[in-house]
Amino acid sequence: MKQFLSFVKKEFHHILRDKRTMFILLGMPVAQIIIFGFALTNEVKNSKIAVLDYSHDVATTAITQQINASKYFEIKKNIINYKNIEAAFKTGNIKMVVVFPENFYEDLQHFNKAQIQLIADASDPNVANTLTNYATAIIMDYQNRITDERKLPYSIHTEVRMLYNPQLKGAYSFVPGVMAMVLMLVCAMMTALTIVREKETGTMEVLLVSPAQPLKIVVAKAVPYLLLSMINIISILLLSVFVLGVPINGSLLLLLAVSFLFTLTSLALGLLISSATNSQQTAIFIALVGLFLPTVMLSGFMFPIENMPLPLRIISNIVPAKWFYTIVKSVMIKGTGILLIWKEVLVLTGMMLFFLALSIKTFKIRLA
Amino acid sequence: MPSVSAKNIVKFYETKNDKIQALCGISFNVTKGELFGIIGPDGAGKTSLFRILTTLLLADKGAASVDGYDVVKDFKEIRKIVGYMPGRFSLYQDLTVEENLEFFATIFNTTIQQNYDVIKEIYIQLEPFKKRRAGKLSGGMKQKLALCCALIHKPSVLFLDEPTTGVDAVSRNEFWDMLKKLKQQGITILVSTPYMNEAALCDRVALMQLGKILSINSPAEIINQFKKDLFAVRSSKMLSLLNDLKNFNEVEDAYFFGAYHHVVMKHKNEEQDLKNYLSKYSNDNLEIKNIQPDIEDCFIELMKQSHEIELH
Repeated sequence: MKQFLSFVKKEFHHILRDKRTMFILLGMPVAQIIIFGFALTNEVKNSKIAVLDYSHDVATTAITQQINASKYFEIKKNIINYKNIEAAFKTGNIKMVVVFPENFYEDLQHFNKAQIQLIADASDPNVANTLTNYATAIIMDYQNRITDERKLPYSIHTEVRMLYNPQLKGAYSFVPGVMAMVLMLVCAMMTALTIVREKETGTMEVLLVSPAQPLKIVVAKAVPYLLLSMINIISILLLSVFVLGVPINGSLLLLLAVSFLFTLTSLALGLLISSATNSQQTAIFIALVGLFLPTVMLSGFMFPIENMPLPLRIISNIVPAKWFYTIVKSVMIKGTGILLIWKEVLVLTGMMLFFLALSIKTFKIRLA
Repeated sequence: MPSVSAKNIVKFYETKNDKIQALCGISFNVTKGELFGIIGPDGAGKTSLFRILTTLLLADKGAASVDGYDVVKDFKEIRKIVGYMPGRFSLYQDLTVEENLEFFATIFNTTIQQNYDVIKEIYIQLEPFKKRRAGKLSGGMKQKLALCCALIHKPSVLFLDEPTTGVDAVSRNEFWDMLKKLKQQGITILVSTPYMNEAALCDRVALMQLGKILSINSPAEIINQFKKDLFAVRSSKMLSLLNDLKNFNEVEDAYFFGAYHHVVMKHKNEEQDLKNYLSKYSNDNLEIKNIQPDIEDCFIELMKQSHEIELH
């Protein structure tokens, strides 16, 4: 035990004396939450658009005003000629143009039918889609108001409720994602790095020729990073609750417990990497490509897994972060209890045990 | 029972398209309390041998034991009783001198106080710097610290892999003095070095080249076995002098040796012939003297012989 504690103490010395690395380890989650929370948002706000109005009547003015009043749009420009539309897209940062033909109001009154053209800059397809949807919604809203006055015989009104995230905030989905990412980086990569560093500097050679059990050496290395990860989890949760306003709807204890489980899985993966390589460079490379990239791409945090082709959907099942992400989303956002997520927890536990067993089995008690 | 014994150890390293034989049947015994040197140039296989004996590598053939424990079967026991200092400085550079020593004491289940008498003489020199980080020490100090860490558990066998490589001459002498004192405490010491002149400081030495041991003997005996006539020759034109010497039929070998060329003659009592031969060439300030071989001359001779056997 004394031996073990001495190892842990040494490991803490390594971390605490390397101020820069420690700063990165503790600062990274904070930076990521802030970047994802405020900079990398795919919500559309105040998009600049232009209007080409050939009628200038009651209806077009009302619609234009309604569009301008919404928080999604900001009318930057009035175009007077159809030919100028392309130029407006090219020169300005206009994202969409709303075109009203001549005699809009008259057509609506006499033929019960009028047309509006929405021209969007689809170089970013998602933004174009969102913008036209918002604009269509505003126009439909206007239509509903004028038809209400006339009493149509049939009409279907849709009432939409956004459950768990009524304001459609992006933070609800990226906080669990950032948690998975940070834990993967801190635990797996740093554990792999410190063990490989001992190999690289030759200290592992001395440690092996000692009565210390190799397993003890390795576990002692993991302890400080386990602690560091828990600090990171807490700082991420604090930031997301108090800065981003994402609530923790489920049990905090359950959330911390699954984070601990995922941390252990990452540590086991880190150990596995460390026994497969002898240089820090290779270790970083394997950790980034083999662990970090799948965590970002295949966990469902950046891109929905349901939309992926079948092979990728199958592969995503072996990415531990996918299961962790699902669990955290359920517990944190939906407030689910253990009864509904036990399957995912079981899968993650199985992975943890498998990787741990494999890393212990592959750990080298000799140099080659 | 020998303290360390190796029998016919063979080790291969396999690379992608090559199989290199690092050790070709190494056998030797080291008795308890002996200071045993393994001398050989880079690539002779010294480090591989040390790693096999310290249980870090597995030999492909052969058997070895340390204090009666088999290096494969009883590796856990061996790891408790040996001290090992690898060729590269292998301590924690970001820990202080004291922390390093304390750490190694704890992993060997002991304390600095318990075995202080073993390291006392060496540690006293380090004590003024005990709060300094190991990475900030000078080369000689690093070696002393590494030696302390390898000794802290009072090992019965100490393996030192090239401890004096890259250390200045003064520190090297100091280091050998320390080894002699350790020997008096009954610790068996195996030390490897590429410096031939250090061989004279060992009880016995094994000369290694290309994975083979060329000879094992005490330094005095090695020198005794040198039966040929040896001359030190010098003139103002050393380079052309060496060429002239090599062209002389009666000369077996001639090589640079400090300020002189050392010349090994094929037959006895040919000093006059050598003088006559050299005087034919324009060698100013010619100086020829008959000398006693030192251990380096013996090794050069042994290596040359083994090389010739290889060729035939």
